[in-house]
Amino acid sequence: MPFEPVILFFLLGVLAGVVRSDLKIPAVLYESLSIFLLLAIGLKGGVELARQSLAELVVPALVVVGIGALLPLIAFPVLQRLGRLSRADAASVAAHYGSVSVVTFAVGAAYLSNLGQAYEGYMVVFLVLLEFPALMIGVWLAKRGQGGSNLGKVLHEVFAGKSILLLVGGLVIGWLAGAEGLQPLDKVFFDLFKGLLAIFLLEMGLVAASRIGDLKRAGAFLLGFAIAMPLFAGTLGALTASLLGLSVGGAALLATLYASASYIAAPAAMRIAVPEANPALSIGAALGITFPFNLVVGIPTYYWLASRLEGVV
Amino acid sequence: MSTTYTRRTLLCVICESSIEAAVAADAKRLGAHGYTLSDARGWGNHGERDGGWPMSGNVRIDILCEAAVADAIAAHLQQTYFAAYAMVCYLSDVAVLRSGKF
Repeated sequence: MPFEPVILFFLLGVLAGVVRSDLKIPAVLYESLSIFLLLAIGLKGGVELARQSLAELVVPALVVVGIGALLPLIAFPVLQRLGRLSRADAASVAAHYGSVSVVTFAVGAAYLSNLGQAYEGYMVVFLVLLEFPALMIGVWLAKRGQGGSNLGKVLHEVFAGKSILLLVGGLVIGWLAGAEGLQPLDKVFFDLFKGLLAIFLLEMGLVAASRIGDLKRAGAFLLGFAIAMPLFAGTLGALTASLLGLSVGGAALLATLYASASYIAAPAAMRIAVPEANPALSIGAALGITFPFNLVVGIPTYYWLASRLEGVV
Repeated sequence: MSTTYTRRTLLCVICESSIEAAVAADAKRLGAHGYTLSDARGWGNHGERDGGWPMSGNVRIDILCEAAVADAIAAHLQQTYFAAYAMVCYLSDVAVLRSGKF
């Protein structure tokens, strides 16, 4: 199989950061590309959702969210007891790893289409549903028994935040318009998708390289956690998908979702709700290690795992 | 025509963009009649804040106001944000025209 080109763009960005190139993606372009990607992913999911009976999705969605909610609850004691992180730091890192990364999902989907592997189109619904429960759990873990929780602020930050707004907005527009209705927009949102994802990943490579300094402060435990946690969560995702009878592609994507760590919604929400948590730890681990790990090693591993587990559970 | 200047305080707040909305709302609540907001980049205790992506963005908020209002805002910022957020805050005496605006 040829190497997935978007990942090579990411690696180019990392290289540019490491050699201190003057390459810089303007912040406005970063914002514009993230708006485009979120909308395009939402629209694509909406079109697929229009072909689907919504009632059939209720049980799988509850299972996926219920098992996904275990991830921060498992991560928290590990981080606090084994990693000796403060309660706020452990809760914040747990929230990042319980929530999901839209771009990791997009790369996972690109990887599958490169292989010609089909997957359930409604996976985007799981992407949306998995984004926020972990953030609520993270705030609860950080503030348990302390009073003065900022849950209201978090709810606003998450639901009015651009990632949920644009993903859900795209999903609803795609669902209402259907494939035929969206055809005039195909050239912008679907044909250009992979090229723009490549430029976005070039920028993410630069950003990931700039977090390398944070990792030195994070210590060996967090470095190990940032690789072990996605492998554990990915396995749980592949098993859950097998339980639900998803296709191999769907199982690989659900594993990718569980394994991914949020670096857009979670840092913003945690910064507001748990200000005492050190963002260098959570962002350094999620973006500096887990994101590149998932792109290069994780996604092919989850796909392999999904093919092995097909029909096992 | 003679020009009349009045003394006012310029409160300059440079902070991470994640708390931009909260700081602006605090300033309004504590009596500021307005502010000017711009994106900022820099380097300091919290490392390089290059604005390359949202979590490394900084903003600069300039607030022209009476000295008592500037004191109240600065005290509030110190108490609320200094411990956990990247924030620099300084005051200077300035001369303004149209003092009623500030």
